[in-house]
Amino acid sequence: MIKSLHARHHQLAQQEKQVEYLSNGIFKEGKLPTFQQKIKSVNFFPLKPAALEIFQVNIGYMCNQVCKHCHVDAGPDRREIMTRQTMQQCLNVLAQTKIHTLDITGGAPEMNPDFRWFVAEAKRIGVQEIIVRSNLTIILANPKYYDLPSFFKEHGVRICSSLPFYKADKTDRQRGEGVFETSVEALKLLNEVGYGKEESGLILDLVYNPTGAFLPGDQMQLQRDFKKELKDHSNIDFNSLLTITNIPISRYLDFLIESGNYEEYMEKLVNAFNPAAVPGVMCRNTISVDWQGNLYDCDFNQMLGLKTSSAACQHISDFDMERLSRRDIVINQHCFACTAGAGSSCQGAVA
Amino acid sequence: MENNTYYNSADLKKFGNIADWDKNLAAKFFDYYGEVFKEGDLTAREKSLIALAVAHTVQCPYCIDAYTQDSLEKGATEKGMMEAIHVAAAIRGGASLVHGVMMMNKAKKLSM
Ligand code: SF4
Ligand code: SF4
Repeated sequence: MIKSLHARHHQLAQQEKQVEYLSNGIFKEGKLPTFQQKIKSVNFFPLKPAALEIFQVNIGYMCNQVCKHCHVDAGPDRREIMTRQTMQQCLNVLAQTKIHTLDITGGAPEMNPDFRWFVAEAKRIGVQEIIVRSNLTIILANPKYYDLPSFFKEHGVRICSSLPFYKADKTDRQRGEGVFETSVEALKLLNEVGYGKEESGLILDLVYNPTGAFLPGDQMQLQRDFKKELKDHSNIDFNSLLTITNIPISRYLDFLIESGNYEEYMEKLVNAFNPAAVPGVMCRNTISVDWQGNLYDCDFNQMLGLKTSSAACQHISDFDMERLSRRDIVINQHCFACTAGAGSSCQGAVA
Repeated sequence: MENNTYYNSADLKKFGNIADWDKNLAAKFFDYYGEVFKEGDLTAREKSLIALAVAHTVQCPYCIDAYTQDSLEKGATEKGMMEAIHVAAAIRGGASLVHGVMMMNKAKKLSM
């Protein structure tokens, strides 16, 4: 298993180093326009939020996997974990606002000892939609997780799970040896309780991201391939495939630099800039919360340590919808991944 | 600009510049090109793999660069991409060999 950048004391484990890298080089030299210049040219600067609909809460960076592209730099060595008290603060905000979706992510969120409590409470207070970003293999990682599919079902959770390819080879190269096979087993268990079946109303979406330094293809066409292949070979059903462009931060940034693909990848993103994707970027309808309760415009900014603008509030204890709605979203060059081609968000393509 | 190689990878991005010296024909070509690669009875991925095989047949480095990437984006596997090139190689090799019959015909005619 590879190790997290953190465990390796890699310099990119420091958030400032990543931001520095993205701000300098080809962008500083003017070889490529910055994201700010680019959105200014189409009158989207400063980037402003629309109505807040999604609360994406990252309840910890611990994970049973160590995927090569992970933007969280998650792994078994990461100890950052959200307490029940912070979860309660998130629930308070959800109870007081019209935010309809709670999107729980990590790491592997299920590894947080208060994960089930959090989901159950969210359900109890009437949060309309609860999404769990499950990596699938966690379900089979330990007997204590075996009943997760029925727990998810009982609470009407929508599952979003990464599966970068419908074959073992590419999947395992990105996510680790044997991950594909275990993921397929987990998908079968989810299917068994009704997930991904049209009639059940239990939503199981898969997330596709490219297994290298290239952009995702057309979402509908990839979905068709995934559906056919997974059905034919493993008899698996799922609802939608969401394509996500890899964001050049953390371990994926490390991969880009190490493989000599960084400049070309950034150029590709810039050239694929699609003004029509800008209104759909997820920071416009989402707030991201970290394990300590700090607020960010998105999960990527969270990993870069770029908190919401200081003119708005920056901590859950201080949550103020009004100030947040007036904030300027914090941007940098990694944002180009959200606006390339058909655009990209945690809900897949946007344009 | 001084350049000692016939091919320069940066030139691929300048493909569109052919319009500088004949806008009309370039527009017609790129229009046609775009239409060709749209999904039809063949999927976009199948078309990309055909393009990759043809790229190896005409041995165009720009096309190999572009369609390796395009095939990956369209969700082709590395094995599938290699299979496509073998198709090109088989047709290429076969095309030489099947002409062996022509050679044989001629040789037979000429010989006692
Ligand atoms: S990508 Fe997901 S499953 Fe993989 S290491 Fe990161 S958090 Fe874990
Ligand atoms: S990276 Fe975050 S802040 Fe930047 S455009 Fe994407 S969602 Fe918005």
